[in-house]
Amino acid sequence: MLYREAGDFKTSYASDNQTFPIRFDRYAYWVVLLLAVCVVPFFLNDYWTKSIIVPFLIYVIAALGLNILIGYCGQLSLGTGAFMAVGAYATFKLTVMAPGLNVFVVFILAGLVTAAVGVLFGLPSLKIKGFYLAVATLAAQFFLIWLFTRQGWFFNYSPTGMITMPVRTVLGFAVTGPSASAAAIYMTCLFFVIVMAWLARNLTRGTTGRSWMAIRDMDIAAEIIGVNPLIAKLTAFAVSSFFVGVAGALLFGVQLGAAEAGEAFGINKSFLVLFMVIIGGLGSIMGSFLGAAFLVVLPVILKVLLVDSLGWPSDLARHLEVMIIGALIVLVLILEPHGMAALWRTIKDKLRLWPFPH
Amino acid sequence: MKMTRLAALLAATLMAAPAVAQDLHFPMLNYRTGPFAPGGIPFADGYQDYLTLINQRDGGIGGLPIRMTECETAYNTERGVECYESIRGDNPLVIQPLSTGITYQLIPRATADGVPIHSMGYGRTSAVNGDVFPYVFNYPANYWDGASVAINYLLSQNGDSLQGKKITLVYHNSAYGREPIPTLERLAAQYGFTLVTIPVDSPGQEQGSQWLQIRRERPDYVLMWGWGVMNAVAVQEAANIGFPMENFIGIWWSGSENDVRPAGAGANGYTALTLHGVGTDYPLYADLQTHVIDTGMAAGAGDQIGTVLYSRGLYAAMLAVEAARTAQALAGHAQITGAEMRAGMEALVITEERLAELGLPNFSASFEVSCANHGGGGQAMVQRWDAAADRWNLITDWISSDRELIMELVAADSAAFAAENNIQPACAN
Amino acid sequence: MSDTVLYALEAALNGLTVGIMYSLVALGFVLIFKASGIFNFAQGVMALFAALTLVGFQTGQVPFSHLINAAFGTSIHDFGWTMPTLLAIPATIAVMVGFAWLVERIVLKHLVNQAPIILFMATIGLAYFLEGLGDIMWGAEVKPLNVGLPQGMSRWVDETTFNLFGYGFFVDVLSLWALAIAAVLVTALVIFSQYTKQGRALRAVADDHQAALSVGISLRFIWVLTWSIAGLVALVAGIMWGSKSGVQFSLSLIALKALPVLILGGFTSIPGAIVGGLMIGVGEKLFDFFMQPIIGGATENWFAYMLALAFLLFRPQGLFGEKIIERV
Repeated sequence: MLYREAGDFKTSYASDNQTFPIRFDRYAYWVVLLLAVCVVPFFLNDYWTKSIIVPFLIYVIAALGLNILIGYCGQLSLGTGAFMAVGAYATFKLTVMAPGLNVFVVFILAGLVTAAVGVLFGLPSLKIKGFYLAVATLAAQFFLIWLFTRQGWFFNYSPTGMITMPVRTVLGFAVTGPSASAAAIYMTCLFFVIVMAWLARNLTRGTTGRSWMAIRDMDIAAEIIGVNPLIAKLTAFAVSSFFVGVAGALLFGVQLGAAEAGEAFGINKSFLVLFMVIIGGLGSIMGSFLGAAFLVVLPVILKVLLVDSLGWPSDLARHLEVMIIGALIVLVLILEPHGMAALWRTIKDKLRLWPFPH
Repeated sequence: MKMTRLAALLAATLMAAPAVAQDLHFPMLNYRTGPFAPGGIPFADGYQDYLTLINQRDGGIGGLPIRMTECETAYNTERGVECYESIRGDNPLVIQPLSTGITYQLIPRATADGVPIHSMGYGRTSAVNGDVFPYVFNYPANYWDGASVAINYLLSQNGDSLQGKKITLVYHNSAYGREPIPTLERLAAQYGFTLVTIPVDSPGQEQGSQWLQIRRERPDYVLMWGWGVMNAVAVQEAANIGFPMENFIGIWWSGSENDVRPAGAGANGYTALTLHGVGTDYPLYADLQTHVIDTGMAAGAGDQIGTVLYSRGLYAAMLAVEAARTAQALAGHAQITGAEMRAGMEALVITEERLAELGLPNFSASFEVSCANHGGGGQAMVQRWDAAADRWNLITDWISSDRELIMELVAADSAAFAAENNIQPACAN
Repeated sequence: MSDTVLYALEAALNGLTVGIMYSLVALGFVLIFKASGIFNFAQGVMALFAALTLVGFQTGQVPFSHLINAAFGTSIHDFGWTMPTLLAIPATIAVMVGFAWLVERIVLKHLVNQAPIILFMATIGLAYFLEGLGDIMWGAEVKPLNVGLPQGMSRWVDETTFNLFGYGFFVDVLSLWALAIAAVLVTALVIFSQYTKQGRALRAVADDHQAALSVGISLRFIWVLTWSIAGLVALVAGIMWGSKSGVQFSLSLIALKALPVLILGGFTSIPGAIVGGLMIGVGEKLFDFFMQPIIGGATENWFAYMLALAFLLFRPQGLFGEKIIERV
């Protein structure tokens, strides 16, 4: 009833091409944004912020980045963890070398550094395709992690190889370090999520995004119609790595505060983000949000349910949790191979006709 | 509506405010799953069993029962932080992070929140300096002590001279494994031995080239800082190349049954450091049998009792309980807070008489903690694996480390940390 | 001969034997990829699961004992009997066949005709599930595995090389056994696929699913068959690796060592898996030998991937993979 196009007249190309063609969606979008920015910060407690909301926001950025590469450009990558590590180590080096630099600028610079590394490791994609490429990106994963754990320059020759984020403030609020308040770190991550999601949305529906999708659907055909695969693939790697790098920077700087490459950014991280993208839905911005939410929140819910409510031994609960997540991944793929975003689309289509489907 | 009820249940548990009951909260950040589970399970069992014993036999500490909460970290840093966040509002008395990575994450947080951390035989070594790390304790010994003890043991084997000897360190390529290198380099310069370091990448399933190198270079001794599957493979490979096992010495995390059993008879004679006694030949185990095992309250599968890592968990729990007792005496009341627990840990004194009273005679070295020294006495024993009898035997008495050197290194490292983070010395007041 | 050359030879020889161990894991991947186009990420966990089950049978452990004890307050651990290895291995194979059948019934049947990446993800989901299941079923402790394979330095190699060069080479007897077992396994697989009816059907399916279906080959049966064979290969890999380190969670991570072997040899070639394994094994050992003094050790984890990547730049389908022909 409320959710329909009827009566919402589009009178210009711009309004016809807008992200939310349905009025209800537009309002909902602004309401959610307003709530997230103006209301939520006042109702945060530490546990919720640090173990659920902030990881969710950070993984949204990482999932957006990987989705650009896999979902929009069709290049399978398993090196996400290492690219996050690049972002983290760049953040560390930049904050230590230039203590006066605003930490937001540092995060963005870290993203740019990651983009450069991403382009470098994206070069083989011009020749290698499919699973062969996926395994080739593992070379990046293992090589970069080795570099960060072996070469002292990256961790300032600290005896243990751990990197620690010093306290940095923005507008007088500490956003990194243990004294940062829940609201401050939430707002930092939210700021990046909003900007990055906006960026991703607008990149993917412009020329760049279209050339990515052409490459994804069939690269030879795309080449014939005049898409330059070199530029398209490398921009996809650059943009994707930029996102992933910022996510890594935030994960290290804002959420963890200290990290070691092999432990925090290992291959499991690559898989986690890949799961988010696939479960959420390939080639969908909404999907990245849903996928990240699903995989960040689900383990916590399962833990709370099994351990705290049912009183099961925590190791049994953890084994069951692993099994349940595995089973759910298979289940989602069987029921809806295009991910949760496709479910979301189906719901919207139904809603549009509701309550008179015929 | 099943879903709503489930959601309501969920919301209720998530929102539930911690009860203001009279008890002492000892959280456990265990890892009974994941790649390092074989090491995590016995430790967790030992820790929990001792606390259960105190509850069952003595009715808790100072009349207040101990409340244990368990949180599964799977040895994963992010899960560890999540666990910490979920318990930090619940007046936790002492946290055992059980992983060097998690310890590093928690040091700034716990210091800000006033929650003491006890990283026993792992974690950040320079936390010995209580001036800079007021809430972090790593008594009774740390990795630098371990390196020094190992060298002192070798000195005693070689008539106090290691001149011209060749010692190889095989280490887990992580923060943990790199810890002893600076100390060993210093000691190498001091005693004139050659140090060769060989990293093994986690998990360490394949160490062919490392051991070929050792076979070529024929070092006199091999030290190992390993963890998880790496230990077992290293012991197996050492046996394969015929390296004399008694010259192969592991740190205390490379000396459990899990590490030697897979190699069978080949592991016979492998030595490792230990922070505490092993086996069940202590009077305490009789109490444990009556109050915990026979009543069916043993943690886990109950099949780990008396193993090296079980003893370590038991030891950690014993030290935590003793610290809580000290804290109660200092504070003058039983319901202590994290800050009061910290004071208790800082005033902890472990003597031989006290150990005998506890039913653990000579189980631990005697040591004292003070504000300037959060690291205890830095002593360890050496144990040797007897494959035929399937047990570890202690072959030395307590060996001390070169404390002067360690403190010098600690001072340098903690001063750098204090400068980076603008920390004011805490011991002055 | 100079010492360096001898040492390098020794490293290379050890590389060959380790390479065979990698090949054993890679074989399982190739079998499934050939027959169904699925990049089966669960292969490593299958090796772990098979080894766990084998040890469980050998020592008479009660499956799910921890779960049962937690739920009913009982304290059961084992049946009190031990099973001889010769009996335990067929029993484990039976479990792996049952597993293959279940996978086909519950997962693959519903995912026919999906994009390869979806199938790949499904196997990762499967890997997670199996990982949790293995732990719940048999417990997470380290379990020594002994099926009677000898271990330790090969005296024969040592003496022969000592007489030849004046320096005895070290080779682990276990890896010589691995060599023999791999040879038997590959021969058996080749005979099976060349000379038996089912084997021919298998190759037909690998060639073209639809054509195979149209001549009356049951796709589903063939899938169960391949997954069963992959389960068998996983068991062999699990035994070989488990004998070395005990059976524990880390066993599942050997899959990561097999992936570069796979891309180097080509996803679709059984000889490729063997040759790829040998090349990676020798390459990483020699690289470590020569570069260790310069850049520090622990390079094995990435060197294999870099080597594979370098080869891929010249042959994007791997050394022995089927040529990728693209048409618009």
